[in-house]
Formats: sequence, C-alpha cells, structure tokens
Amino acid sequence: MKLRLIRRDAASRLAMFASPVLALALTCLASLVLFAALGKPAGAALHALLLKPFLSWYSFSEVLLKMAPLLLIAQGLAIGFRANVFNIGAEGQFIVGALCASAMPVYFPQGDLPLMLPTMIAAGALGGTVYALIAAALRTRFGASEILVTLMMALIAVQILNYLLLGPWKDPRGFNFPQTVMFPDNALLPILFDGTRTNISLIFSLLASVFAYLIMQHHFRGYQLRTAGLAPRAALYAGFSAPRMVWLGLGIGGLAAGIAGASEVAGPLGQLQRSVTSGYGYAAIIVAYVGGLNPLGIIASSFLISVIYIGGDSATVSAGLPVAAVEVFQGLLLFFYLLTFTLIRYRVELDRKVPA
Amino acid sequence: MSQPALLRLDKVSKRYGSVQANRQIDLSVRAGSIHAVLGENGAGKSTLMKLIYGVEQPDAGRICWKGQEVHLARPSDAQSLGIGMVFQHFSLFETLSVVQNVSLMIPGRPVELARKIQDLGDQFGLSVDPHAMVHRLSVGERQRVEIIRCLLLNPKLLILDEPTSVLPPQSARRLFETLRKLQAEGMAILFISHKLDEIRELCDTASVLRGGEVTGRVDPREHDARSLAQLMIGREMPNVAHAAPRPPGQERLRLNGLSHPRASRFGTTLKGIDLKLHSGEIIGIAGISGNGQQELAALVSGETRAQDPGMIEIMGKKAGHLGPMARRRLGFSFVPEERLGRGAVPEMSLADNSLLTAHGRNMLSRGFIRRKVERAFTRDCIEAFDVRTPGPDAEAGAMSGGNLQKFILGREIMLQPDVMLVSQPTWGVDIGAATAIRRRLLDMRDQGCAILVISEEMDELFEMCSKLHVLNHGTLSAALEAAQTTPQEIGRYMIGAQS
Ligand SMILES: Nc1ncnc2c1ncn2[C@@H]1O[C@H](COP(=O)(O)OP(=O)(O)OP(=O)(O)O)[C@@H](O)[C@H]1O
Ligand SMILES: [Mg+2]
Repeated sequence: MKLRLIRRDAASRLAMFASPVLALALTCLASLVLFAALGKPAGAALHALLLKPFLSWYSFSEVLLKMAPLLLIAQGLAIGFRANVFNIGAEGQFIVGALCASAMPVYFPQGDLPLMLPTMIAAGALGGTVYALIAAALRTRFGASEILVTLMMALIAVQILNYLLLGPWKDPRGFNFPQTVMFPDNALLPILFDGTRTNISLIFSLLASVFAYLIMQHHFRGYQLRTAGLAPRAALYAGFSAPRMVWLGLGIGGLAAGIAGASEVAGPLGQLQRSVTSGYGYAAIIVAYVGGLNPLGIIASSFLISVIYIGGDSATVSAGLPVAAVEVFQGLLLFFYLLTFTLIRYRVELDRKVPA
Repeated sequence: MSQPALLRLDKVSKRYGSVQANRQIDLSVRAGSIHAVLGENGAGKSTLMKLIYGVEQPDAGRICWKGQEVHLARPSDAQSLGIGMVFQHFSLFETLSVVQNVSLMIPGRPVELARKIQDLGDQFGLSVDPHAMVHRLSVGERQRVEIIRCLLLNPKLLILDEPTSVLPPQSARRLFETLRKLQAEGMAILFISHKLDEIRELCDTASVLRGGEVTGRVDPREHDARSLAQLMIGREMPNVAHAAPRPPGQERLRLNGLSHPRASRFGTTLKGIDLKLHSGEIIGIAGISGNGQQELAALVSGETRAQDPGMIEIMGKKAGHLGPMARRRLGFSFVPEERLGRGAVPEMSLADNSLLTAHGRNMLSRGFIRRKVERAFTRDCIEAFDVRTPGPDAEAGAMSGGNLQKFILGREIMLQPDVMLVSQPTWGVDIGAATAIRRRLLDMRDQGCAILVISEEMDELFEMCSKLHVLNHGTLSAALEAAQTTPQEIGRYMIGAQS
C-alpha cells in the first residue's frame, strides 16, 4: 500500500489556517521527545523557544529587529524568483550595501556630512543594485548562469569586507579588532520604540512589501515577470523582453539587499564589522520560498523565521540547550510547516491495489 | 464472441470542479480493433483517455482489462498492463534530446535506443534524428517522437489522442499503414480525431461523445462524414458558402528576400523569401512542417529579429528590427501553432491570458491592470467565439485543446488587426468549430484584413486562400493562383519535385 498526493481543486480555507497551528503542535511533540532523550528540561526548553519571544516586550522587539532585513531581502528576491531569475547571492549584495553605506561615516567620522543617513541608504541601495547587475550583465551578454555568478560574487564580497576591515578602514583606536570606528549619531537609524533596538528599517520593509504586492499582483510589469517565469515562450510571443526581465529581477533583489545591508550597519551594529555577514541573504531565500513567493505570505514567513531565531538564542542561554538541538528544532518547524503547507494544495490518498 | 473484450468501461464518471467531463460512460474495445472516439471540443474525449491510461481516476464506475477489474493509479500501472498513450499535448522534456527523452521511459543503452528509434522511424515513416534536441523540433516531429516512444513498449492497446491533427497528410498516410499493420498483429487502438474522413477510412467502430455522455455507437464505414458530424454536434451542419473575394487593396505585409540562417543544426535556413500580402486577401503557405514554417512564423511575428529591417515591411513600414509588441502596434496580430506555453500561459486564468497580447486595449491604467476591462474583454471573447469554459477565471491549462485554440484565435481577432498571421488555425478543432473559425477568417478578410495562413491542410488552404505558396527546405515557391492549381501540383512542390 502506498500514499500518493492528489492536487486539490481549490486550496482548502480551513487547511490554510489550520496548517501553521498543526505544524507547531507536531514540532512541539517531536521536540519534547527529542529534548527528553537529551536529558534536558523539555518544558523549559519549549518555553524558551516558543514563548519567550512573546513574553517580554524587549525580546519581541528583537524579533521585529531580525524580521526587518529578512522581510526586505526576501521580497526583493521573490520578485526575481517568480521570473526564474535565481539570485542566490543576496548575501553578497547585502555586504556591498553595508560597505557602501559605511564609507560615509568612515570618511566623516565626526558626522560632518549633511544628509548623512539618506546618503548612506542611497549608497547602500546603489551598491547592492550595481553588484547584482554585474550578474545580469554576464547573463544577458554571455549567458553565464546567474546562480553561479551571484553565489561566487558573494564570496568575493566577503573578501572585500575582510580587506577593508583589516586594512584601510580599521579603527586606529580599536585595539586591532577588524572593525571600523563607531558611527556618529547622525549615521544611525532612528529607533522605532524607546528602549529597544528596533529601528525604522522595519517600516522600509513593510512599505517594500506593499510595493511588492502592488507590483506583482496588480501591475503589468509584475505580470510580465510572472509570465517570464511560468512560460518563457509565451513571454517571447507577447514580446516581453527576456533580458529586461533578468535586469529587473536581479536589480530589484540587489536593491533590497543593499538597503538591508545599509540598515544593518546604520542600525543594530552601529559600525562595520565582520559579523555583518550573518547569513541574512541566505536565510531570505528560505523566507521567500516558505512564504510561497507571495508578498503577503512572505510577511508571515519572515515573522515565523525570526521567532525561531530569537527563541533559539534564548533557549541556548536559559535552558542550556546545545546549539545543535536548537537548530534541529528550527529544522523540524520548517519541515512540518512545509509538510502541512503541502496539504493545503494536495490531499493524501491511499493507493488501492493493482493486480499484476 | 466468447473471449471478453480487451478493455471494458462500465458506467465511468469523472467530474472536474463544476464540470462533469464524463458521465456514466460504457465502452468496450476488442483486440484487433481500431476504435474511434469522436465528439466536439470539450466533449470529454481526452478525459476519458486519461482515465484509461491512469493519469486521472474515475469518480465512479469500473475499468476492466481482459475481464478483470483494475484500478489504475498512475500511468505506469497502465503501461505494465500493456496500454500506451500519445497525448494531445506533448509530454517531452524540451531541454533533452530525443534519445534522452525516450530513455526516461524505456530501459536500454542510448546507442541501442538511438538505433531502435531510427529503425522504427524508417519502418513506419516516422523518421526523426535521435540526437536532435526536442526544443528544436516542430510540433509534427515531436509527435513522431511520442508515437515511437509508445511503440517501443510493445503495447496491446494504443491510445492516440488526435495524432493526425499535427501530421502532414503524407505522414498521416504512413501512420495509417503502420496502424493497420499493428492491427493485423492483434493490437487494439483507440483513435481520437476530428477528421471524419480519416475515421471512416481507418476505424471499424466509433463511439460518439457529446457533453460527457456516449450518445452513439456506430460503424463509421456505414456513414458519410456529414451524418457523423451531425451525430457529433447533435444538429445539422451549417453550410459554408462564402462570397468570392473582392479585388485586393493596399499592400499590408511584404517580405523582401527574407533570408535567415538556421539557429541550430536542426533548424531550417530561410533563403530569399519574397511575398506580398494585400488588404482583403488570404494567402496560404502550404508545406510539410519542418521546412521552415516555425522559423518563418517567428520572423514575421518578431519573436526572431530579421537581419535587416527592410526584409519585412508591415503596413508599409520597415519592421524587421521590431519586437512583437512594436509590430502589434503597427496593426499586426499572430496566432501561433502551440497553444499551451506560447499562445497562452497554462497556469494563468483566461482573463490573465487576455492581457498577454490585448493589454493595449485599454486594460492598463498607468501600468496597473484594470481587472474589469480585462474580464469584460475575456467574457466577450468567450461568448463571441463559443469557447466552452466555466468562465474568465478558468485556468488555460484546464481547457480542452480545441477550446483553447478558439480562445487564442478569438483574442487575436478581437485586436482588430490589419494584418494577421495564423499558424495552423484548426489543429485539433472539431469540424463545427473549424468551420466557424474559417468563416471568421473569411469575414475578417471581407472587412479588409490581410491574412497569411500557414497550414498543412490542403483542403483548408484551398477553401480560404486566393493564392498559395509552398515552403520547401526554406525556400518559398512563387505565388500560385488557387483557382488555377490543384492539390496534386501543390503536393509536387511540397516534396520538391517542382520548382
Ligand atoms: N484538469 C482539468 N480541470 C478542470 N477542468 C478540466 C480539466 N481537464 C478537462 N477539463 C474540462 O473537462 C471538459 C472535457 O475536456 P476534454 O479535454 O476531455 O475535452 P476533449 O473532448 O478532449 O476536447 P478537445 O477536442 O478540444 O481536445 C472540458 O470542459 C474541460 O474544460
Ligand atoms: Mg482533447
């Protein structure tokens, strides 16, 4: 006897709401068993993982802080993904965005530059975009795969970062740590809620989501991108220029990642340091796909993933869980979420027997 | 008859959402029989075949194979019983070569498979280069690959869903000979076609479907095409008498020595094609597909740019360097031979498929899509062209083949073009609808539209066109007056015996 998946005629509404709840319940069940087997206090661990992020205003604000870059980058990437333009190296564009933005405070450490913040954000946006467009140029001109190019350019970006931090941009009074000077106040993003680190980049991200929704679902340009992804020959037939789709798909992804990178150094970091490469660019790929590449779905998925990150941090500290166990928990939650998500679109049927 | 039927269906039903595609169908197929299934577009023929091949499962009813009830959960179940099927819409991977595609279903080393493909091809007149990439093949060639792939499995029952709608007449002849040989060896064949003459020539039994139900079971050899058609559509066939064309008016499309190198080893190089098309005239391009039809259509539509702007003139303007959108703005429109994936996006609704080419008809305001206009246009198209579908929100991929063709043709006609290129206008369209489509094109002509038709169907070309050209090995013959030539003469041009 075998199981098989049958596509539903229409996504079940009930399943749409029930599936995240079910995923959570299954994850809890599975990890209770796992934590007990590890000899860890299972109850306390779950409490830290799932409830702590919501229990204090501060930890919830940390969730929002993490969510801002994930959401922004994922929205940008999803637009490309829907046009079959696979920008895998948003991490690189994020780093270049951070670098370009950092140039202002590094060269004007006293903050004596008018319009410091706007210039930084603009520089980050431009840097990320241009860096992504290199891949677009190589793809449209020579047919080089943007998957490989963007990925390799991410590695190059890390090396540029290392060079600058170890060489010209190193803080002379920084005890030889690979980091720049602390940014002046006018190079920092305004805090959204007092007493937290959440800054206005969250607003950028939410605005970007609205923008992505309008473009992808209601604008002709988004329609062209979707057509290029679903049926390239139909796009050719209609006369939607394929190179333009590549430029657009990569450019928008780079723009979003660049702004996110600028917001990271002008936000929680307050300087350029190595830890800017924290993997947001890669995590955003997961966020985009878990959100079904849908602008609204991505808002939900970026929140979900941020919760498990923050919960994971607190569980290692307060419940003494090993980092690996936290990662298993995060993996389980994603796994069950995707499983139940599948059940929205498909139903499972038992195979009846077939005579030989 | 003591031995049980090879395949028997017993009150089989299938519903898709609100559409009852098959209702209480009884059918029985004997070994050694060529059994026709006929019916209008959307009557449920393809659905029924998918049930037999295990692609879909019936909601109710029984399927019996050699007297035993079977449950077919997937095509491989059907294959292991000895059922093979060639789909109406192809199921080949475009990025793989012919052998690679075949080897996905059939075990064996590539070298051996390539030899077998060549042997079968020679034997049955289905020749195709085993190492050609599928995306380079014409629709007709792809079909050959599908048929060969099925035959390699030695099936006891072969299902052919509209196999001849994309085959040139010569190949169809050879296919019939093949099918008769297979029949003589005891193979049963389920044969779907809209060409009633073929059915009368080839089949010994015919089941007629209408609205998802079996409405008749006849011996087609005892009926003429007209009465079969009547059984199928349930009413008298309309007569097609059309006014003679008026003398052609101003020049609308002109090809000046259009030459273009082939894009790959398997393409066709176009050599110095000259053509003039005027307002109020339909010109036909005959020829066996694979002789440059695809390349020519892509050049005229703008999907491929010409090497020199002056090689193509639309409405008196040089257009060789323009893309498809710019050409549409000059008053050009185009119906391609492939519907799914080129003429329409399968995953999108019909309304969104209207937007594909009709966005210029007031459907955008500052780039934002005006859903109301889009839906109204779609609804008009569905109504005016008798597209059988639940409505503008239905997915294009869920439509029956013929109905999708009606929709695409309707959409392009509703653009009110001055010049139109129509590739294979009636492939897979039932005869009622095919007649309606030809009448539409003739009406367009009478309103002054200039129409270029690429078709493999000689009857169709002779019915509509005043002039004919023949495309052979990338070269276009001089214009032949339709009234002064014969199908025989055209046929000689097609095989290059005359030039
Ligand atoms: N996957 C699907 N989802 C929803 N409706 C479907 C699906 N497949 C077919 N239908 C509907 O079922 C009906 C029968 O379709 P089917 O493809 O069997 O017609 P057909 O007789 O093969 O027509 P044609 O001659 O045009 O190929 C049509 O109304 C079609 O829209
Ligand atoms: Mg069909």
